This record gives sequence, C-alpha cells and structure tokens, in this order.
Amino acid sequence: MLDLHGFGNALAVGAWVTIKLMLASLGLGLILGLLGAGAKLSRFKTLRVVVDAITTMGRGLPELLTVLFIYFGAIVIVNNLAARLGYEGYIDIRPFGAGVVALGFSFGCYATDVFRASVLAVPKGQIEAAHAFGMHRILTFRRILLPQVWRFALPGLGNLFLVLQKDTALVSVIGLNELMKNTSAAVGYTKKPFTFYLVAAFIYLAIAIVTTLAIQMLERRASRGVRRA
Amino acid sequence: MDFQLILESLPELLSATLLTLNLVAVSMVLGMVLAVPIALMRISKHKWVMTPAFGYIFFFRSTPLLVQLFIVYYGLSQFPSIRASFLWPVLREPYWCSIIAFTLNTSAYTAEILRGAIQSVPWGQIEAGLAMGMSRFLLFRRIIIPQAILIALPGYTNEVILLLKSSALASTVTILELTGMTRNIIAVTFKPIELYVTAGCIYLLLVFLITRTFFGIEHLYSAHRRPSRRNRQMPEPAA
Repeated sequence: MLDLHGFGNALAVGAWVTIKLMLASLGLGLILGLLGAGAKLSRFKTLRVVVDAITTMGRGLPELLTVLFIYFGAIVIVNNLAARLGYEGYIDIRPFGAGVVALGFSFGCYATDVFRASVLAVPKGQIEAAHAFGMHRILTFRRILLPQVWRFALPGLGNLFLVLQKDTALVSVIGLNELMKNTSAAVGYTKKPFTFYLVAAFIYLAIAIVTTLAIQMLERRASRGVRRA
Repeated sequence: MDFQLILESLPELLSATLLTLNLVAVSMVLGMVLAVPIALMRISKHKWVMTPAFGYIFFFRSTPLLVQLFIVYYGLSQFPSIRASFLWPVLREPYWCSIIAFTLNTSAYTAEILRGAIQSVPWGQIEAGLAMGMSRFLLFRRIIIPQAILIALPGYTNEVILLLKSSALASTVTILELTGMTRNIIAVTFKPIELYVTAGCIYLLLVFLITRTFFGIEHLYSAHRRPSRRNRQMPEPAA
C-alpha cells in the first residue's frame, strides 16, 4: 500500500487551500470578466481601447510572471501610493491574496471575451421585445440576457476554470502553503519526490474530474429549455 | 521608473530570451513528433490502442505542468536504477528535464488538436478517396493531411503561445530563461517593477511575433480560400 509517512494530513490541508484559492479566484475572475465584457461592449471608445489593451496583456503574459509581479511588484506600488496618501505603516500582501488577484485577473482577461461573445450571441430581437414590454435595463439584463449568456458562456468558462485550477500550483512559488508547497515539504523530509509528486498529480486529477462533472451538470441544467437534435 | 537600469539589464534579458525561445522551439518540435502517433492512436477503433492514448492525453492535460516538471526533475532521482543508468547525465540537467516535461505536456495538447482536425475532414471525401482505390496512406497524404493542417493551425498557434507562457516555469528548476533571469536581477537590484514590466513587454512581443508567423503560414496554405487573381475584380455575392 502507498506509504505517505504521515504526510497524508498535510496533503489534505494543502488540497483544501488549493480548492479555496481556486474558488476565490473564480469568483473574482467572473466579476472581472463581466465588467470587462461590459466595458468592451460600451459606447465609449476610450473604455473599449483601454480594456482591450489590458486583456491582451493579461492573456499574453505568463501566469507565473503575473503571480510574481502582483506579489513582489504590486506591493511596492501599493506602499508608494499609501505613503503618498499620508499612510505611515507598511502594507503587507499575503500570498493567498496575491494569488487570488493574479489568477483572478488572468481568468478575467480570458473570460471577458467569452462573456462578450455570449452577449452578442443573444438575438437582438429579444432585447427589443423586452424593451417593447416596458422592461427597464436591469430587468432585461436579469430576465433575458443573463440566463442565456450563462448558457452560451458555460463551455468556455468551464475550460478556463480547468486552466485556472492547474495555475493554482504556481502560487506555491510565492510561498502559499497549498497542495504543491506542502508536497514539496513532504518531499524534503521523506526524500521520496516521485511518490509524493505523483500523489499530488493524482489529487489534482481528482479535483479536475469532479470539476468536469460539475460543469457538465451545470451545462445540462442551463440548457434544459433547449431542444436538441 | 529607473530607465537606466532597464537599459543596463537589457542585454542579459535578451540573451535569456534566446534560451526561452530555444526551450519553446525544441519542445515544440519534439512535441509534434510525439503528438502525431498519439493522435493516430487516439482515433483508432481498437480499444487497446485508443485507451493508452486517451489516458496519456487525460493525465497530461488535467495535471499542472509544475507537478509534471517536478516529477521529472526531482522525482526521477528517487530511483537508484535511474541514477546508475547511462541516461543520468541527461536526466540530471535541468535543461533536459524542462524539455522532457514541456514536450510530454505539449504533445498531449497537440495530439488533441490533431485529432479534432483529422476528424473534422468530411467523411464523404474519405469515402470518395476510398472509392478511387486510394490506400490508407495515400488517403492520409493527399486528402486528410492537407485539410487537417489548415484546420489545426489556429488551435496550434494557441498551443505554441501557451507553451511560451509555460516556459516561464523552467525558472523554478534553476534555469535562467527570461523569467528566471528577471528574478535573478531583481534579487540583486531590488527593482521588481522595472524588470517585471520589461520582461512582460518582451513576452508580449514574442506572443505578437508568434501570432504573426502563424498567420503567415495560414495565409500560405489557404490560397484556395481566397478569390483567384483573375476573379478579384468581381467580389463574390454575400452568402
């Protein structure tokens, strides 16, 4: 049987941190993606250009570089700003927060275009019909746009979420005690790198399988009103 | 912004960029060599041929590349037999470990792209080829591959860009490619913002160049989709 030398618990704790990191980044990424899509579809050209530049950047940079930049670079910017505003203390960013911001940003940049395409996929006549019924903008968004955008966007978002999951491993580089970091700690004690990294790989695999099933379920639920050939 | 510092570290960063490109190019080529047989296995009708390919693709696409890299770099040393073997001088080198991990990883993604491209060639054309008496090999060479390449190209462009971004992970196994070199210089100068921004710009430039190159290749192979020179005067009616 597989002998984890008493490190099973550390791996479980690490996996739990990984899952929390995943979900927090997903939440932030979805919000950023929706805002980005809104900006890209807005009437203001400056806004469109700026957001376009930001998303191109976020998609072109290696995720590792984004994580490092947020953790080591943003800390300098934030503290400079704080000092300029008259704050005397030192603001510290924790690895978890930096990881959530970096991964959420990266997810949001990709999600922006997924959401934008999904909004454009909703037939314009439906929006016009909603206005003709006297729905105001928020109600149109809530009742007509959102349920359909959700359905169109789900497959794309699902893929992005699987990518995000794997990117959580990068946050170990800035010292967050998630699955990867705890595995490395276990390797340091036991000198069994192959065994432990393989176990970690299978834990990631298990998380991926659960997510894939969950996404399939959500997709089925979101398209329950759609007739399929 | 300390522009003097950026200018001073630029030569080092650019030579590190060459290493990044080297990592990407070598794993791209080796990955493609590996991907073709895996893709062919994946579309086989025989269960015993298809399942290993499916498992391979599934494993490498569902686990983080960092884990795969660590399994190769740290993991293999766990076995005394590997350390004693003639392969050890290669497997000890972080450069080759990165190449191995990147190659295995990208071959799984590329195989899946190739599979999709091969399977999207219309069945009627394959039937027609068979009816003309083409052998399977000829069918592949004349009918399937020329069309599959064009279908696979956009997906493959994305994969190469992902590979470029993944190559940053080599810095975690002591390789001084672009990200590694950037971190190294920061450790000495304590100027994270200047150097990360410079490295980021270099990466964006590389992404741009890769996209342009592959657009060029796509353009080259899709002459039949564009109106011929003779007909260019008369635009086709909108579909």
